Amino acid sequence: MSKANLLDRRQVVSTLLANRKDVVAIGGLGASTNDMCAAGDHARNFYLWGGMGGAAMIGLGLALAQPKLPVLVITGDGEMLMGLGSLATIGLQKPSNLSIAVLDNEAYGETGGQTSHTSAAADLVGVARACGIKDSQSISTMAEVEAFAKAVHDVSAGPRFANVKIDSANLERILPTRDGTYILNRIRADLGFQPI
Amino acid sequence: MHARADAADTVPNWPDDIFATLQRFDVRQVPYVPDAGHSKLIQRVLDSSTMRGIPLTTEEEGVALLAGAWAGGQRGVLLMQSSGVGNCINMLSLIPILRFPFLTLVTMRGEWGEFNPWQVPMGSTTQGVFELSGVQVLRASSAAEVPAVLEAAASQAYNALTPTAVLLSQRLIGAKVFTK
Repeated sequence: MSKANLLDRRQVVSTLLANRKDVVAIGGLGASTNDMCAAGDHARNFYLWGGMGGAAMIGLGLALAQPKLPVLVITGDGEMLMGLGSLATIGLQKPSNLSIAVLDNEAYGETGGQTSHTSAAADLVGVARACGIKDSQSISTMAEVEAFAKAVHDVSAGPRFANVKIDSANLERILPTRDGTYILNRIRADLGFQPI
Repeated sequence: MHARADAADTVPNWPDDIFATLQRFDVRQVPYVPDAGHSKLIQRVLDSSTMRGIPLTTEEEGVALLAGAWAGGQRGVLLMQSSGVGNCINMLSLIPILRFPFLTLVTMRGEWGEFNPWQVPMGSTTQGVFELSGVQVLRASSAAEVPAVLEAAASQAYNALTPTAVLLSQRLIGAKVFTK
């Protein structure tokens, strides 16, 4: 299934998170959340195992609550398509510390590789830009991924959006914890919040 | 043109009671899909310096937003009308999984003198949908009971992490009237 010249998703995600410092990262349901775990577990990783279509909105809520923290949503094309309206909501709020990276393999990899709308018609970069996220780009090289990873730390210039074309290889699953309460409270604790 | 039967000629005061309670509980993020019944409260939120009103394209966005807000240390409340509750169903699964404080205020349609039959199916199942999804339901049917109901709802949602929906009945808001 792999095409030439498409990026390796694990390499993309490990590059996005390599010098993460204080970044809070949200991984959308599916392979994206596994990719984040494969890059190394971290107290500020928000792994999603459900709530399809909600990753970008979780990112928005976090970004508005913590405007000085870089917040990075890493999700797939199918998960982003289910929450397209959230790009309009984000475009209106314009949180300057929020970045969204879509790992676009043009397929629903978790359910058997059925093609997604991005394979033939939907242009997520066009959607994001048309929703008011001016800094929206299509990424096809690792140099661009590295530049985006740096830009994530500029919390005054977002929101930004990148659609990264990746190959559709099915990789070994690296599974993060599935305990949502643990995941959320670990982030809160790392940000200095006490339990209720 | 739309008007409200039974609604007082003057602007109601109960939205101010709601706003005051939300302020006292330090609510900071207020995602909403507009509804006529919420219009005064939404305006209060948009005029507020401590709350941020966040218009949504669909109600489920608000559930996910509140999870992120809590991860970042802020409380929120979701404002919607009853027809939006159905849009939220799958996203409501985040609430028991992540255990974040969830409070939503729902203006009811499809009951008490409803004119539009298309509102009735979802209005009739709103409470059931919430209860099946693990969200406790409280109801306010008159302006006089709004403060106590809001106080109870906010207390259990924010202090006890009990997911709570307050249904603001059409009797309170006034049934929507369609005139030619």
